[in-house]
Amino acid sequence: MNASADALRATFSTAIGRAVESCGDTIVYIASDRVLDVLRWLRDTPGHQYNYLVDVTAVEYRDRERPLEVVYQVRSLERRVDLRVKVELDPQGDLTVDSVVPLWQGANWLEREVYDMFGVTFRGHPDLRRILMWETYAEGYPLRKDFPLRGRFSRAEQVRQALATNPEAHYSLEELSIADAFAELPEDMKERLRRGERGKLPHSE
Amino acid sequence: MKHVLETKEVAGSPNWLTTRFEELVRWALRVTRVDKAVNWSRANSLWPMPFGTACCAIEFMATAASRFDFARFGMERQAFSPRQADVLICAGRLPFKLAPVIRRIYDQMPQPKWVISMGACASSGGIFDNYAMVQGIDTIVPVDVYVPGCPPRPEGLLYGVLLLHKKIKGESLLDPALRQEQPLDERGLRLPPETIDEISEPFGNSVHQFRSA
Repeated sequence: MNASADALRATFSTAIGRAVESCGDTIVYIASDRVLDVLRWLRDTPGHQYNYLVDVTAVEYRDRERPLEVVYQVRSLERRVDLRVKVELDPQGDLTVDSVVPLWQGANWLEREVYDMFGVTFRGHPDLRRILMWETYAEGYPLRKDFPLRGRFSRAEQVRQALATNPEAHYSLEELSIADAFAELPEDMKERLRRGERGKLPHSE
Repeated sequence: MKHVLETKEVAGSPNWLTTRFEELVRWALRVTRVDKAVNWSRANSLWPMPFGTACCAIEFMATAASRFDFARFGMERQAFSPRQADVLICAGRLPFKLAPVIRRIYDQMPQPKWVISMGACASSGGIFDNYAMVQGIDTIVPVDVYVPGCPPRPEGLLYGVLLLHKKIKGESLLDPALRQEQPLDERGLRLPPETIDEISEPFGNSVHQFRSA
């Protein structure tokens, strides 16, 4: 059992649910409204330092009694220790948790994928849009258990809607460019980009 | 053909019918020869537009590379721009998200153009009978040759190309419908919706798939 599980319980007491060990990995269940606090503590506390967010995903079980789980897999690169943190949500209820993008920028697309496939809303996410399915996709959330394998619409309607979409609407040049993130890049990279001719950057002369 | 038969000669002269018949035969021969020459050159200089989306694209690349080398069959230059392409080779599964893309590529290709559907997924959806996948690209664009296989070996694709050669060599310049663009209809579909539903029906193993709702 990972020692961080007991440390979490000592710090957050009731916000921490059961902790189980599965195939050598420790899984800690936490309250859905404390995600940001718990993960920030895990990331920043000396002795724990889970500074790498490996994955954010979700699980819905075929057993309808079981809750839908949002899974955070974190790893400490220095200590070489993994920890899995799970949040349980009622699949019939409000599927909302806090976004962890303020802690890890890399959570951005991971949370978009969970939103796209399961319909979980991440509170405070900067850009919560579908990422795999196209934006006008109207059939629901494909990885939910109540979603039919072949989709909700007839094949003809699916083909019609697919052909009616504008291919440029999903992949704009703006989306692919790094212009928006330019201010956040390290100085040396900015310098290299200024020298090179890679499109138009906001601060280049 | 009309202008050949319209003539100032007096109809009814003894040689009239024979002369007309000879002219007709000569004209037909000429057209056939032109057909033959045009089709021969078209068939032997097909520029493929590769549309590779999955493992079939690996076999496609093997077909293009030195061991199998489809340049031997006139496909010397791969056209990565639809405007310079003759044959669209869809190698791999096509998700609905890519359906408008392949349709646009097909529309951008100039006539004459042909389409090869390479592999089980492009031809029928294959094992991917699910919410995300087009069940056969013939619901999106007209297809000339289907190459079965998962994925087909390069020999399979080459055989498909040779079948396409055969098809091209049987075409006639006199058939105006052959080279007509087929835009989407007012519903935004290529085929009637009933037809799409019918050809997208589950078949083979996928009829046993569990449908949870």
